Amino acid sequence: MQMLADLIAEARRQAEICNACRYCEGYCSVFPALHRERAFSDGDITHLANLCHNCRGCYYACQYTAPHEFDLNLPRALAEVRQDSWKAHAWPAGFANLFDRSGVAMAALLSLGFALMFALSQGMRPENGAGFYAYMSHGLMAAIFAPAFLLPLAALAVSLRGYWRTVGGGAVRWADLRGALASAGRMRNLKGGHGDGCNFEDEDRFSHARRHFHQATLYGFLLCFASTSSGTVLHYVFGVEAPYGLFSLPKLLGLPGGFLLCVGTAGLAWLKTKADPGLGAPSAWGGEMAFVLLLFVVSATGLILYAATGTAAVAWLLPLHLGTVLTLFLLTPYSKMAHGFYRLAALTREASRRPAEPV
Amino acid sequence: MSETWDIAVIGGGNAALCAAITAAEAGARVVILEAAPKPYRGGNSRHTRNFRCMHDGPLGPLVESYTEDEYLADLLKVTGGKTHEGLARVAIRSSEECLPWMQDHGVRFQPSLSGTLSLARTNAFFLGGGKGLVNAYYRTARKLGVTVLYEAAVAHLERAEDRIVWLDYTHEGKNHRIHPKAVVVASGGFQADTDWLARAWGPAAKNFLIRGTPYNRGVVLADLLDQGVEQVGDPTQCHAVAIDGRAPKFDGGIVTRLDCVPFSIVVNKEAERFYDEGEDVWPKRYAIWGRLVAAQPDQVGFVIIDAKSLSLFMPSVFPPIEAESIEALADKMGLPPDRLRATVDAFNAACGDTSKFHPTELDGVTTTGIDPPKTNWARPITEPPFYGYSLRTGVTFTYLGLKVDERAQCSVGNRPVANLWAAGETMAGSILGQGYLAGFGMTIGTVFGRIAGKEAAAHANAS
Ligand SMILES: Cc1cc2nc3c(=O)[nH]c(=O)nc-3n(C[C@H](O)[C@H](O)[C@H](O)COP(=O)(O)OP(=O)(O)OC[C@H]3O[C@@H](n4cnc5c(N)ncnc54)[C@H](O)[C@@H]3O)c2cc1C
Ligand code: HEM
Ligand code: SF4
Ligand code: SF4
Repeated sequence: MQMLADLIAEARRQAEICNACRYCEGYCSVFPALHRERAFSDGDITHLANLCHNCRGCYYACQYTAPHEFDLNLPRALAEVRQDSWKAHAWPAGFANLFDRSGVAMAALLSLGFALMFALSQGMRPENGAGFYAYMSHGLMAAIFAPAFLLPLAALAVSLRGYWRTVGGGAVRWADLRGALASAGRMRNLKGGHGDGCNFEDEDRFSHARRHFHQATLYGFLLCFASTSSGTVLHYVFGVEAPYGLFSLPKLLGLPGGFLLCVGTAGLAWLKTKADPGLGAPSAWGGEMAFVLLLFVVSATGLILYAATGTAAVAWLLPLHLGTVLTLFLLTPYSKMAHGFYRLAALTREASRRPAEPV
Repeated sequence: MSETWDIAVIGGGNAALCAAITAAEAGARVVILEAAPKPYRGGNSRHTRNFRCMHDGPLGPLVESYTEDEYLADLLKVTGGKTHEGLARVAIRSSEECLPWMQDHGVRFQPSLSGTLSLARTNAFFLGGGKGLVNAYYRTARKLGVTVLYEAAVAHLERAEDRIVWLDYTHEGKNHRIHPKAVVVASGGFQADTDWLARAWGPAAKNFLIRGTPYNRGVVLADLLDQGVEQVGDPTQCHAVAIDGRAPKFDGGIVTRLDCVPFSIVVNKEAERFYDEGEDVWPKRYAIWGRLVAAQPDQVGFVIIDAKSLSLFMPSVFPPIEAESIEALADKMGLPPDRLRATVDAFNAACGDTSKFHPTELDGVTTTGIDPPKTNWARPITEPPFYGYSLRTGVTFTYLGLKVDERAQCSVGNRPVANLWAAGETMAGSILGQGYLAGFGMTIGTVFGRIAGKEAAAHANAS
């Protein structure tokens, strides 16, 4: 689990300048955490990197950005360490390089996934079954997706345990986790200390655009996830099988969820094209964009699939949608999808260190 | 530039922006001529962190209250009475309404920074510091239709009788002449012109570092004084502090300050002590050390501390030089090792009972029998590793300026110049004869910037 020394050294150099300055103290959780220390271990820097929400407030407000010789660009320095920390903690380690090739990996997996699903839906088409199950039996879907969901999560759990050790985390307390969830739920750190939002798409102008699109993405995803889970419960516990009507739990959760996810990711992708890539990790840009687009395709194909119910298009829409979902699941530990987990870990760790204040 | 302007504002810092915004809100067509390129816009204002604000009861980030009389008393204390009381009261009284005005124009505040709790009642801190403030004002000014030209250095204002009739500036390699109805000068002091400093201070000034912008060279100030516009203060007066000797020549800003002097001994290049390092708490003493260091050979000083003091002060931008023995430290810092040894030994021998040592209070832990004494926090320097920092004089700003009245208007003889106003650092000498109170520079700039903007707009609208 080796992180790149020069990335950490550069972030440390900048953190030490910030520690002598402190002008940005009120923007986010990073600065109070930074000002607590006098010297920064590799674990401290890794913690700060995962705590940083890349709101960029501290870049535009900094009197020491290039061409000044101190060359401050804290959002970028921390983004580079953050990206590197995810690679360093990836398990099994052999997959770490997928982070750098997310776009390629996604395209490849997507084609494979689509081909597989298409072949299965054509070749193992059930004798009887309604709706989607006319193409693929419930049993087969469960046989593919249960391991495709659970195995990556298990791999991610190993990574997170390693990360927790790197940042020197102790026993996890319920109150800290609650604090972290409350912070993530409101994206407090993208609000800016003043509540005017972050700097992203238009230099030093503060706006809530990124925060709101992220909220749509986050809650949209969670609703979609809840929709699928409710379907599973209905199926196994209550013996109610798909297709579900418009006023069933899976649809009531899934339709707004899919819609939010679609709008959120489209918005995030659009903002990303306007923002300065030099204030993030430039090498990660492609992978991040690929991830946003993948989420968009997951939600868009899901909605279209619903609209296309009963038509012949389902024959290829279903495999396409299932292929995107499969890709998303399988790449969770090795793509930007991991960020939510690492960031929650960082927020939890921070909550444990400053019990009285919000993170 | 073929357009015509009601008002030209010279400078792009806090005072200039407050003037431009106020004038534009009064309906004037305003151009800001800022000498610096965009990344360095905002002069010394981009380095600030707070402004000092009177308030009756909690206000924004400020706790309790801070009355006009207390504020004025604080000011009189630091200036030794050399204060223009009328103008000072204008600044103090108006500061209270400035805070909401600043918020309305995009400035955001934050609670007093960690390590500065003593200012929580008197000084309101800008979120993101002065550059955050300047950014917000530029956005507001642009929305109001103010034109901003960067790399537009004003070279000359032509005075005829009681009026400014034109001004010359360069922009994108070309000379331009415009005839605005009114002019606001907000182009700061002259500290970045080290030749001028050297004329006033002697050649020693060449070794001074300039804490803020390299663009405040006093070009407009000199031009106006040459044409008989009333002057205030003299060129030897400046605010100077002791900063890390490794700081860049310009724009090192806040992070180069060193707060470790009270826990140290400070020697010159001959390894001799020259002043009581523990005379008072650091916020009250840091401004005199600029001059103390300036008076030493080569204008350098060296701070020596030991391991037990390292964590007692705010970290600064450069790590200290470190060594296992006093001699090795002297070697690394270019000091004569035996002399430093002797100075440290003599100091250590003069230390007495240190059990009452208290880092944040005047603890009376003093030396006996050496000259100069160290009258507080005097603990022997004995615990390796030993640490050292070099010190140089860092100039914050100069006091020589344009004399203005309560309406921020300049004058020639005893007659006002009908269309010339000044705000900020360039007229601060009208209020402070010497000394400085933390956060008062931004108060002067905001109050008189707004006054100048309002008066200039009234003049332009009337003519
Ligand atoms: C490191 C540091 C920290 C400080 N911290 C504080 C603090 O916390 N609180 C506080 O109250 N004060 C502080 N001060 C003092 C404060 O910076 C000044 O009092 C204040 O910024 C002055 O504002 P101003 O607008 O008059 O000048 P400036 O902000 O310096 O603006 C002058 C402007 O004029 C421009 N200019 C100069 N010459 C020309 C020309 N010929 N043509 C066109 N433009 C020209 C410059 O480029 C600049 O934009 C600090 C100063 C420094 C150096
Ligand atoms: C669990 C808590 C979560 C936190 C704290 C969190 C935090 C963040 C932050 C701070 C960013 C912006 C900085 C960056 O690009 O890294 C971001 C980006 C993003 N997040 Fe999240 N997130 C969470 C969960 C999720 C979930 C569940 C999803 C959807 C599955 C999601 C999707 C995205 C997307 C698409 C981006 C945009 C990437 C980009 O612009 O490059 N996030 N997240
Ligand atoms: S980012 Fe710049 S302004 Fe902000 S704390 Fe760091 S050094 Fe200071
Ligand atoms: S980019 Fe935003 S979240 Fe990250 S350190 Fe800077 S202010 Fe904090």
